[in-house]
Amino acid sequence: MADERDKPESGENYGTDDTDVSASPGHPVSASPRPRVPVSPLYGVMAEFDNPNRLVAAARRTYEAGYRRINGYSPYPIEELWEAIGFHHTSLPVIVLIGGIIGALSGFFMQYYLAVFDYPLNVGGKPFNSWPSFIPITFEMTILCAAFAAVFGMLALNKLPQPYHPVFNAPNFKLASRDTFFLVIEANDPRYDHDEVVEFLKSLEPKEVTDVEV
Amino acid sequence: MNGAYSAPPEIARWQQRALIVGAVFTLLFAVGAILDRRQFFHSYLVAYLFWTGIALGSLAILLLQHLTGGAWGLVIRRVLEAATRTIPLMALLFIPIIIGAYQIYPWTHHERITKTPALEEKARLYLNLRFFSGRAALYFALWILLAYLLSKWSLDQDNTADRRFAKNMRMVSAPGLLLFVLTVTFASVDWAMSLNPEWFSTIYGLLFVIAWALSALAFAIAVTSFLTNREPMSRIVRPNHFQDLGKLMLAFVMLWAYFAFSQFLIVWSGNLPEEIQWYLPRLRGGWGAIAVSVVFFHFAFPFLLLLSASLKRNARKLVMLAGLILVMRLIDLFWMIAPEFPPDRFHVSWMDVVAPIAVGGLWFAVFAWQLRKRPLIPINDPQYDSVLAEAQAPAHAEH
Repeated sequence: MADERDKPESGENYGTDDTDVSASPGHPVSASPRPRVPVSPLYGVMAEFDNPNRLVAAARRTYEAGYRRINGYSPYPIEELWEAIGFHHTSLPVIVLIGGIIGALSGFFMQYYLAVFDYPLNVGGKPFNSWPSFIPITFEMTILCAAFAAVFGMLALNKLPQPYHPVFNAPNFKLASRDTFFLVIEANDPRYDHDEVVEFLKSLEPKEVTDVEV
Repeated sequence: MNGAYSAPPEIARWQQRALIVGAVFTLLFAVGAILDRRQFFHSYLVAYLFWTGIALGSLAILLLQHLTGGAWGLVIRRVLEAATRTIPLMALLFIPIIIGAYQIYPWTHHERITKTPALEEKARLYLNLRFFSGRAALYFALWILLAYLLSKWSLDQDNTADRRFAKNMRMVSAPGLLLFVLTVTFASVDWAMSLNPEWFSTIYGLLFVIAWALSALAFAIAVTSFLTNREPMSRIVRPNHFQDLGKLMLAFVMLWAYFAFSQFLIVWSGNLPEEIQWYLPRLRGGWGAIAVSVVFFHFAFPFLLLLSASLKRNARKLVMLAGLILVMRLIDLFWMIAPEFPPDRFHVSWMDVVAPIAVGGLWFAVFAWQLRKRPLIPINDPQYDSVLAEAQAPAHAEH
C-alpha cells in the first residue's frame, strides 16, 4: 500500500525533470535511483484504470477537455468507449459494400459468360441466359466477397498485423488483455503539452499514469 | 410506479378516429356487399389476411423476443402485446369467410371437384367446409391461448416484480414458436393456397410466417416511432433501439425475398404444367407489373436503404420505410390472392381499397384501446435496468 501511495507523489516531479528523465522508459516515474538515459520521443501518456466505467468516464472527460488523439485499450469491447473517444466514422462499411458489389457482379457475369459464350448448353429448352438460376451463386459470391472485404478491410484499417506498437512499452500493458483498462493521450495531439497532459490524466484519478515511449 | 409510463392521451384520440374511419368504411364496404357479393368476399379475404397477419406476426415476434431477449424487444413489447390481444377480434372476423366460403373457395363447388379424382379425394378428406372451420377454430384457440398467457404473465410481472414470470414466458415461447410456425403453415394452406386447390408449394407456409412477421415488425416500428415523439417513451427509446429494429427489418426483408425467390426458382426450374399455372397469370399484364413493383419496392429498395446505419438510427426515415413495407405487404398479398378470382384478366375493384381500410380501422381501434391499458414499458422486466442504462448513456455523451 505504501508503494502505491508513493506513486502519485513521485509523479509530482514528473513534469519538472521531463527534459532529462526518465528512468527506464515507460515506467512510472519514481524516485528509485536508476541509470539516467537520454530522453527519447514519447508516443504519449497512459492512464490506467481498474474498471471499464471509469475508463469510459475518463475518456469522455478527455474528449471534452479538447484532446482528440486519444485511444482506449480494454480486454474486451466496450460499446460506449468508441463514442467516448470521439470515434465516429469508419470507412469499413463502404469497403464491405464495394466488396459485395464486386462479388455480385463477378458472380453473375461469370455464370453469364460460361453459360452464354464459353460453353452454351441447352438445358430443358431454357434460354442460355437463364438468370433465375444464376441468382443463388450471385448471392453466395456477394456474401463471400463482402465477408472478405470486411475481414481484410478491418485488418488494413487497423494496420494489423502489427508486431510492434509503442504501448507495449508500458510495463503494465500486458494486463490490457486481462483486467486493466488504459487510456492514452498521444503526443501528436494538437493540444498536447506533456506537463498539462500528465496533470490532466492524474485529475481523472487513475491507478497510475505512465509515459509511453515510441 | 405504473403511472410513469402510462400511454399518452393521443392514443385515445387515435382509437376514436380509427373507430370512426373503420365505421364509415365498413358502411361503404357493406354497400359493396349488396352490389357485388362475390367481389365483397374476395376483397374481404385480402384485407382480413393483411390485418390478421399483423396480429399474428406480433405474436411471432413476441415469442421470439422472449426467447432471445434484448433491449429492442423491451421497447416494442407493449405494442406487440396489444396487437396480440386483437386476435380474438380476428377470430370473430373469420366468420364472414366461412359464410362466404362458396364465393371464395373453388373446392366448395361440387361440379369443380368431381372433375378430377385427386381433387375429389382431397375435398373428401381435408378441404371440406366442416373440417376447414374446425381447423380454423383450433388455430385460433392455440393463438389466443399463447397471446393470453404472455399478456397475463407480463401484467403479473408488472404488478409483482416476480422473476418467475419472465421464466414462464420464456418456457412457453420455445414450444409456442414451434406450434406457431406449424399452425400458420396449415392456416395459410387452408385460407390462401386452397384458392387454387390443384397447386401446392411446400414453402408457402414459411412465406406467410415471414411475411406476417415482417408486416408486424413494420407496424411496431411505426407505432413506436410515433410514441417516441412524446412522453413517456421519449425518455427511453434511443437511436440504437431503432437501429436494432431496422437491422431486424432488414433480416426479415431478406428472408422474405429468400423464401419468395426459392419458390419461384424451383417452380421455374421444374417447369411443370401443374406448378407453373400459379405463376403464369401472375407474371403477365397488370399482375406482372405488380410482380415487378414487388421485387423493387418490397425487396431491392428497402434492402439497399436498410444497409445504411444512419438511416436505421433515424426514426423518421425508418418509419417511412416501414410504411412502404406495409403498403407493399398489402400489394403482395393482393398479388398472391386476387389472380385466383375471376375474371382471368387483371382486375382491381374499389372494394379492394375500401376493405383494408374498413377492417384496419376497426382493428386499429381495438389495438389502441388495448395499448392504452398498460404502461408502455414492462418496468419489472429483468432487463429493464440495462435498457434504462443504455438509454441514458448517449445522453451524457451529448453534453
